[in-house]
Amino acid sequence: MWKDRLIKAIFFWAASTSILVVACIFFFMGKETVQFFQEKGFSDLWEIRWVPVSFQKQLFGILPLVTGSLLVTILATLIALPFSICGAVYISEVAGKTEREILKPFIELLTGIPSVVIGFFGLVVLAPLVKNTFNLPTGQIALTGALLLALMAVPTIVSISEDALRSVPRSYKEVSLAIGASKLQTILRVTIPAALPGIIAAVMLGMGRVIGETMAVMMVTGNSAIITASPFESVRTMTATIAAEMGEVPFGSLHYRALFVVGFVLLVATFILNMVAQRVLKKYRMA
Amino acid sequence: MVTSENMADLQTKIQVRNLHFYYNDVQALFGINMDIPVRKVTALIGPSGCGKSTFLRTINRMNDIIDGSRIEGEILIDGADIYSNGTDVVALRKRVGMVFQKSNPFPKSIFENVAYGPRIHGIKNRLKLEEIVERSLVRAGLWDEIKNRMEESALDISGGQQQRLCIARALAVDPEILLMDEPASALDPRSTARIEDLIDELRRDYTIVIVTHNMQQAARVSDYTSFFFEGYQVEFGPTKRLFTKPNEKRTEDYITGRFG
Amino acid sequence: MTGLKNRKVETAIYWLMRGVTYFIVLVIAYIVFDILKNGLPAISWKFLSGYPRRSGSEGGIFPAIVGTFYLVTVTIIIALPLGMAAAIYLSEYAKQDRYTRLIRLAIITLSGVPSIVFGLFGLGVFVLFLHFGASILAGSLTLASMILPTIIVSSEEALRAVPQSLREGSIALGATKWETIYKNVLPYSIPGMLTGSILGIGRAAGETAPILLTVAAFYLPRLPHSIFDQVMALPYHLYVLATQLPDVEKVRPLQYGTALVLLCLVLGMSLTAIVMRSYFRKKYRW
Repeated sequence: MWKDRLIKAIFFWAASTSILVVACIFFFMGKETVQFFQEKGFSDLWEIRWVPVSFQKQLFGILPLVTGSLLVTILATLIALPFSICGAVYISEVAGKTEREILKPFIELLTGIPSVVIGFFGLVVLAPLVKNTFNLPTGQIALTGALLLALMAVPTIVSISEDALRSVPRSYKEVSLAIGASKLQTILRVTIPAALPGIIAAVMLGMGRVIGETMAVMMVTGNSAIITASPFESVRTMTATIAAEMGEVPFGSLHYRALFVVGFVLLVATFILNMVAQRVLKKYRMA
Repeated sequence: MVTSENMADLQTKIQVRNLHFYYNDVQALFGINMDIPVRKVTALIGPSGCGKSTFLRTINRMNDIIDGSRIEGEILIDGADIYSNGTDVVALRKRVGMVFQKSNPFPKSIFENVAYGPRIHGIKNRLKLEEIVERSLVRAGLWDEIKNRMEESALDISGGQQQRLCIARALAVDPEILLMDEPASALDPRSTARIEDLIDELRRDYTIVIVTHNMQQAARVSDYTSFFFEGYQVEFGPTKRLFTKPNEKRTEDYITGRFG
Repeated sequence: MTGLKNRKVETAIYWLMRGVTYFIVLVIAYIVFDILKNGLPAISWKFLSGYPRRSGSEGGIFPAIVGTFYLVTVTIIIALPLGMAAAIYLSEYAKQDRYTRLIRLAIITLSGVPSIVFGLFGLGVFVLFLHFGASILAGSLTLASMILPTIIVSSEEALRAVPQSLREGSIALGATKWETIYKNVLPYSIPGMLTGSILGIGRAAGETAPILLTVAAFYLPRLPHSIFDQVMALPYHLYVLATQLPDVEKVRPLQYGTALVLLCLVLGMSLTAIVMRSYFRKKYRW
């Protein structure tokens, strides 16, 4: 019997490591963040310039980075939304069975492509395309980043939305058709509204993925830390900032800590997004 | 079939004393008292949800695996309380075998299915295993049909054969008591008849407790019957008497089909 | 009359949807095709087995391939047993209590953490705090943390797919819980567990951000000797080739070649997993 108890304990501790890892992540990010605030005040973050390396005065304004991330994320979501919804609706409601069996794995294939490869593609093919189409000095701008991120968000949004659409009870659709509504009317007026919470959750999860994406944006958005709402300008996202600057930074320095603060903001933002999305999904499945 | 025996002459195999059973806060069995005689067939009848399957599973402590299950009272097998602190549950389940309502052969070969139990209880010698497997399959009346197909998957044989395989599997660990939860309810009439004939033979060597919702089956097959209703045991007695001159009105109502 | 017009509009909308959906497919196909087309000419035995020269602008990518291989191997050794064990606990032992809910919350949280944050975490904990330095060990631990949720979730799914009746049948014969799991549940769920895990591992092979800060180097003169060494890795190699080298035209073929190798590696793993999944689905019917 003791052998059984030992085995159960081993599995228990294995499962508990997940808690340990999450706790460590929050702890370490939080620790460096707190240490940053012990040196610099909270208001320093609200500076509008991010100039961490300077002979005169280091500025750790996080706003340009946040706006950079927001601009790219919102743009990407807006671009991805129509494509994903169309795709999800088509796959779950219109496509035939064999078509579906080919389309679904193919779109999921995209999640298997490493982000650095997508970023590379963006750099070499997309950026010049954007540059030439809009007659700009460079193609490395927010728009290009948003396009790549939209592409990366599509499989996530399609997959979860499609699940949501397919779990709409058949009876809803059948009642609508029985009244004499056409298939399209049923889709638009019954199926999509019924699946809306699931679709919203899907979009949120897609956004969560986008806001946390590093490599693809880093390679194509140009990396200039300014505050702008124009998609035609170069921007810097939070993720790119950490990735680009961490390699050069002396350990334990203020700059080092500042990057952890940025990471902490990212962590909290994605955490909230994910939690809300999960809540929505859970409530939707209950209903 | 059923013989008229003096109850005082009978040896009791299983004594149930004041058994209460709870699923979390919901009570499912209320103060069950029963003496189940050795090497006889005792049937548990009653409408759906009356607790007969739950009661059956207390005898081999299968309810232990359900989260939140709780028991009060005693069940004595050969005089020893199986719910006492020092009980070896593994050994208990070796003595008390179970056959389930829906046959559940493992996705292994027929041989491996029957050999599973003995293997677990320490028998490794291949010759000995083959001997036990053959003996069990003969006992279950399946040997002739599949003796050349031992290495085939157990999922490839018919429903009736699968159920007899499960019986053979239970017999392979050499139990004293056999618990059967509606063993024929998923089978066609011919297979059902075969199972009933099997029970008739097995009664010579094993104490059998069988849950059934089919009253005719209970009347055909069992020596004693217990009627359960909403978690209570309403009546217990020799089958012949219970079915012809029941003491309780509720028993009579159930048997004559007024409900259930 | 309106009935006919409506039907025409409907069909047009369906075609629009079809177009949009296949447009997505087209873009994905184009990316793969572009990498294939431009990368294939760069692939040669010299490229795959040679070492980089002139800061990577010439030569081969052998050490990057080896480095990725080492990273993936150590990551598997760490994450697979841990994830599977956790899944076994959740599926077979855990009660529906608060602690179990906490574990599940942790898993969901982990799956949403951005990869660069994992990089920071790896830097802070494995490289610095535990003094492993920038090493295969630190990198693999970081990657393992990242793919842990994927392995746990897919393994648990595989375990739950095994019908409860198998467990009950085994317990009724007198087997202990672990005996039942070991003999009557695991054999049927291991294929599914492995399949799901392969997808997670493929992701680990292609990630750059977590290894950026914890292990990757661009130009190492020799192959690693131990898990405490730094390595080159394909994703990071591609990144540097694509962004840090001046002579863009000359390096372009190497970039594409590296991208192709990485893509083949990762997609190859995904494909293997998908094929395995359909094979085992057919094999175990209950």
